[in-house]
Amino acid sequence: MSVKLKALKRSIWLFHFNSGSCNNCDIEIVDCLTPRYDLERFGIKLVGSIRHADVMMVTGFVSRQAAPRLKLLYEQAPKPIFVVAVGTCACSGGIFAPSYNMAGPVDKIIPVDVYIPGCPPKPEAIIMGVVKLLSKLK
Amino acid sequence: MNWLFNFIVFPGFIFTAAIGMLASWFDRKLTARVQWRVGPPVLQPLYDFVKLLGKETIIPKGSFGTFVLAPISSLVSVTIVSTMIWNVMLWPERGFVGDLIVTLYLLTIPSIALIIGGAVSRNPLASLGVSREIKLLLSYELPFIIAMFVPVIKAGGSIKLGDLLTYQWENGLFIGSWSGAIAFACVLACIQAKLAYVPFDIPEAETEINNGPLIEYSGTPLAIFKLSRWMLLFVLPMFVIFMFMGGISLHGWHILWGILKYIMILGFVILVKVTNPRVRIDQALKFFWWGVTPLAIVAIILAFVGV
Ligand code: SF4
Repeated sequence: MSVKLKALKRSIWLFHFNSGSCNNCDIEIVDCLTPRYDLERFGIKLVGSIRHADVMMVTGFVSRQAAPRLKLLYEQAPKPIFVVAVGTCACSGGIFAPSYNMAGPVDKIIPVDVYIPGCPPKPEAIIMGVVKLLSKLK
Repeated sequence: MNWLFNFIVFPGFIFTAAIGMLASWFDRKLTARVQWRVGPPVLQPLYDFVKLLGKETIIPKGSFGTFVLAPISSLVSVTIVSTMIWNVMLWPERGFVGDLIVTLYLLTIPSIALIIGGAVSRNPLASLGVSREIKLLLSYELPFIIAMFVPVIKAGGSIKLGDLLTYQWENGLFIGSWSGAIAFACVLACIQAKLAYVPFDIPEAETEINNGPLIEYSGTPLAIFKLSRWMLLFVLPMFVIFMFMGGISLHGWHILWGILKYIMILGFVILVKVTNPRVRIDQALKFFWWGVTPLAIVAIILAFVGV
């Protein structure tokens, strides 16, 4: 394993994008950073700018308003960037799938590396998803 | 060749960077412990640094030279300050007349580099952060320099770092006198702002303007900015120890006492950081101009009287 990859695996910076979620998934993501789960143990932290990010966590069903912005953000990110779809909405559209303003789900707009289903997924499930992503990296 | 070794290995770049990374880990770990978390492993800053080196570097259109030069100048100036202070600490006869003033100048360069780098990145949030950084710089720089002249007055008007140090070794530490203690308190408030730590992290304000000037930085330039910030975490407390607490001497047991001094100051700064909310920029300006500056002037007057 190269040094670069090893460092990347131990220092994942998350960028969180809400593409029209009901805000519940977002709360669960923030929950991962609380004392109970403390993702900083593994070097994972939340950053505010997409330019600093290694992993983009997308929640929500991607509304028509959000779709071009999601695409833009993905293009603005420094490579390598990985995308995690958090929540049933992001994976498949969930309860919003038949609605008129749906442009998603996420993998219709940008390539997705890991899907985490659940409405909302528990923090354990999100951590599991990130671990799966890390073990996929080569 | 000697000066090259001095600058690059010890006590320059590599030494300062290593301790700076350790200090940054200490910062994150202590923050985590205060918040009842476990916190990152010791090598976390190194992982972050190497990872950032491996990422793609994105440079905004039309800003090439300055955008990349800003972090480098920040890193170089911090390294020079560290080299100068440690050289004088180990061999007090080294240095030149006026190196105190050079140090004070060089210590503002990281902030100025941040201002320039943020300004050329052409991002509205970055420019907001830049304007706040300029105001913050204006507010803390005045009391910082006034307070730094208390040791100069007490040592009989010498502006040579070596003289200040030997004077303390012979006549007792500056912090032991009233004027020195007051100036020390002022300087502590100023380094909190110089490090851009809560309550004075207004320019970076992660929750409102997303890291401000750093928002467009990615990859290697971001790594260099972060590294210079970590090194500042080592250099600024070191400078304060040097000016007010007689530096660190490397003879036998004294070195433990020196490390304790450093950890005390660093721990204090971090504890203030984790237990306070962020203030607004106008509150910070008022605090420094109407609170800290008069205190520093009182310290100067006391120093002239000889207390
Ligand atoms: S998956 Fe459920 S919790 Fe998450 S955004 Fe959709 S509806 Fe809300």
